[in-house]
Amino acid sequence: MFKQLPADETEIIGIVFNGKALQAPKGISVAAAILSRNPDHTRTTPVTGSKRLPFCMMGVCYECLMVIDGQANRRACATYVEEGMRIETQLGVGPALALEGGGSE
Amino acid sequence: MNNHYQLLVIGGGPAGLAAATTAAERGVTCALLDEQPTPGGQIYRAIEAIPEQRAKLLGPEYLRGRKLVNEFRQSAAEYFPETQVWSIDKEHQAGLLHNHQAHFITADQIIIASGAMERPVPFPGWTLPGVMQAGAGQILFKSAGIVPDNGVVLAGSGPLLLLLAWQYLHAGVEIRVLLDVTPFANHLQALPELPRALLAYRYLSKGIAYQLELKRAGIPIMFGVSDLTAEGNERLQRVRFSHAGKRKSIVSELLLTHFGVIPHIWLTQAAGCKHRWDNSQQCWRPELDDWGNTDIEGILVAGDGAGIYGARAAEHAGRLAGLQVLSALNVISRQERDQLSRKDRKRLHEERHIRPFLEAYFHLPDNLLATPGNDTIVCRCEEVTAGQIREAVAAGHENSNQVKFFTRCGMGPCQGRQCANAVAHIVADARGKSVAETGLFRGRPPVSPLTLGQLAQLPKKGTA
Amino acid sequence: MSSDVIIIGGGLMGASTALQLAMRGCRCIVLEKDSPGRHSSGVSAGGLRQLNRDPAEIPLTVEAAKMWRNIEALLDSDCDARFPGQLRIAENAADMEKLERRAALVRSLGYQHEEMIDRDELYRLVPALSPHCVGGLICREDGYARPYHALTAFRRKAQAQGAEFRSDTKVHSLRKKSGAWHVRTSQGIFNAPILVNCAGAWAKAIAGMLDEPVPLTPKALMLMVTERLPHFVDPVMGAASRKLSFKQMQNGTLIIGGALLAKLDFAREKTEIDWLRLTESAATVLRFFPQLKNVRIVRAWAGIEAFMPDNIPVISASQTCSNAYHAFGFSAHGFQLSPVIGRILSELILDGRSTLPIEPCHIGRFNNMEKQ
Ligand SMILES: Cc1cc2nc3c(=O)[nH]c(=O)nc-3n(C[C@H](O)[C@H](O)[C@H](O)COP(=O)(O)OP(=O)(O)OC[C@H]3O[C@@H](n4cnc5c(N)ncnc54)[C@H](O)[C@@H]3O)c2cc1C
Ligand code: FES
Repeated sequence: MFKQLPADETEIIGIVFNGKALQAPKGISVAAAILSRNPDHTRTTPVTGSKRLPFCMMGVCYECLMVIDGQANRRACATYVEEGMRIETQLGVGPALALEGGGSE
Repeated sequence: MNNHYQLLVIGGGPAGLAAATTAAERGVTCALLDEQPTPGGQIYRAIEAIPEQRAKLLGPEYLRGRKLVNEFRQSAAEYFPETQVWSIDKEHQAGLLHNHQAHFITADQIIIASGAMERPVPFPGWTLPGVMQAGAGQILFKSAGIVPDNGVVLAGSGPLLLLLAWQYLHAGVEIRVLLDVTPFANHLQALPELPRALLAYRYLSKGIAYQLELKRAGIPIMFGVSDLTAEGNERLQRVRFSHAGKRKSIVSELLLTHFGVIPHIWLTQAAGCKHRWDNSQQCWRPELDDWGNTDIEGILVAGDGAGIYGARAAEHAGRLAGLQVLSALNVISRQERDQLSRKDRKRLHEERHIRPFLEAYFHLPDNLLATPGNDTIVCRCEEVTAGQIREAVAAGHENSNQVKFFTRCGMGPCQGRQCANAVAHIVADARGKSVAETGLFRGRPPVSPLTLGQLAQLPKKGTA
Repeated sequence: MSSDVIIIGGGLMGASTALQLAMRGCRCIVLEKDSPGRHSSGVSAGGLRQLNRDPAEIPLTVEAAKMWRNIEALLDSDCDARFPGQLRIAENAADMEKLERRAALVRSLGYQHEEMIDRDELYRLVPALSPHCVGGLICREDGYARPYHALTAFRRKAQAQGAEFRSDTKVHSLRKKSGAWHVRTSQGIFNAPILVNCAGAWAKAIAGMLDEPVPLTPKALMLMVTERLPHFVDPVMGAASRKLSFKQMQNGTLIIGGALLAKLDFAREKTEIDWLRLTESAATVLRFFPQLKNVRIVRAWAGIEAFMPDNIPVISASQTCSNAYHAFGFSAHGFQLSPVIGRILSELILDGRSTLPIEPCHIGRFNNMEKQ
């Protein structure tokens, strides 16, 4: 669907997308970095589980919500890639919360 | 970042940059905030770091941004990128998120220059992966050098569509077809505005030149298209539409749509400023005086956030707002303000010549804005359909806010930014009322989300 | 326009009263200055709580709870009501003592719905809770519903029974002429022999038109709601010695409140979120659920509610005028009571007395106070 035009001397950094190591030009948004890899989807909706990709790329539609460095619901188009960043597809409401209360067991 | 500035400018596009530079040059302490990592706004996005080759593909108008950004960089204005404003109030206190930390800062004067967003127009299939807004395509191009790989269909109405087609053409992107949904009837409606538009000949001739160039390159352009539908199993496979009395379709995995732009009013709404529905621009906009003052003392708006006039007009309006702030702060007298503003006011006036024509020419038909099909999703976040909205109206929910309460339409993370207008149009249509009467969703802060942790750690007043 | 009863206020109390009267054959018209549920009733936290109510309200809340259990039979809608219990958490021995005293009081009045639980039971019910808590007081029958849906269900059912609702109809003045009320509004004059004041935070103005001063204070209560989260907690929670009201709705969002006041410009009906107060609220939530640190707040709002000095409502006939009735001043906990309030008013109006004990809610209790 998308491709990256050959870039002149841009600095390249390493990110991890769904467990796979990838390279991305420094300074671009997470959404751009992921879209250039033509993913099937970047999230599924909490209501019906339908697949979505970023839509507006300017921070207003919230379609690009992904799990970034363990935090769900981050806007991938308004978050910029950093060395070692872990990015995951967000499924519905995202990963379960820690039940770290514990109690007496 | 200090706790207090004389001037706070929100938004680093042409309006914000010009406003901040104007004020800072006269010694006013000024902070400019922006969500983006670099100055330039939507139009001059990534202007500082862009590779020369890519900049050329974007055209000469894009390069204008360099001068503006340079002047801003040289001024004493402080710049805070990747900073979100999540609240703003009539006492001039703004809640910010900077380096993942929440702060409050105050300012004597605030200029909101948050620009415009693409008008979201729901149509069947618009939520499928592979359907995006044209602006998204342009942002990917400007900021990351990412372009469609395997062909693209462009559809909608408005100058940006043509510009993007032209830029893609130069970048070697295969444009399968350009589908123009502008109704033919508009051509006639716009005719009376043509003489004034001729005063802004530059814009008209550019539009015509782009079209000719696309034609020459063999890119099919279809006019008078309607019933746009995106189809596919879990992702876009086909774009269907009506043209010249026939139903047609084209295979594509990417569709970029554009239906004009509307002011980003979420901050002015949060501040409690008065807004009105503009029938010609088909959007809500804050009520302003000639200098950009809202009805709240010391809060101004400049640029497309005030109403859509384009990048050059935004620059002039930014300078006017900057001068107004200088006079409000008693740095210059009113006479000086008036004198210094002459050139920008004249240019602003000239820039606006083209608008009545464009607004009439690209006026979107009500039946497109009021989402005809009942199955079409209107609220992308909560997945509420046009049919559910109509049912709610039939059950006695009489305005947009009641429909929102009942259907959750507009209660998802985007806070109704994508569905507010469509809901207002659908409710107005169903009740035989005007959009102005059915109303806009009430703003519910925060303007952009902040976490419980960030809120809990919010320092007490004025301790940024 | 004439009817049997004019009800001022299209909130829950007005709608519930209209329904009960309509079911008994009265022609009612509800006059609402904005739109039904625009204020408290549409924007509340939706808590269905018997727990920790003023003793004066206990008979009413217990009856209301029965009605909520069966709400579908009354309203043809379940209002998304759920009953996972409401809980007040104790963080230390002093809290436990406070809750024990409360439980004893309720038992002494002959009611069983409030029950002490120990630490084990607390963590069995709420495993996600921070480990520092020691026990709590629970009402297992309590829960929550969706307020605007409930309001809509009341309205729709009342309409189906013949009641009429008028939006954008503000009552300006009242006059009694040959045994009938003449109600002048922004949309013309309405007549009826009987008048009901369910005007919420604006009820003082209506009572004023009856020459009946009441010490009502309008206040704006804030709530915030988060993004949708995976399911992690069932009961609605409060704390024994902290301002907290916390629940996870069916759709996964958390609703966070706790009697926190927004800035209110009552004359202009404008509220403004007081973020510094919400800061406390966020800190309290994180004290009990530190794992929510990175959860985003997507919306905050405030609703304008009527508060009485003793925090119990006025439910009574007027003292100054015959054929005029009041139900207002629910002091931030009227949602749960709403079904029973309509019934009480219909009884007062049609039978001359209520089957439930409402003497403590009489408007006359402020007589001396107002004179002072
Ligand atoms: C944020 C918040 C959270 C809450 N949480 C809970 C909870 O969890 N559990 C619970 O039990 N309760 C809760 N409550 C309280 C509950 O919502 C209220 O007690 C209840 O809704 C009151 O209903 P009402 O009909 O008296 O008032 P309202 O809903 O305010 O209705 C009164 C209506 O009268 C109209 N009116 C006023 N003057 C005029 C006039 N002159 N002419 C025509 N119309 C007029 C108003 O516009 C208004 O719509 C909460 C309230 C708030 C604000
Ligand atoms: S793509 Fe729209 S907010 Fe990110």
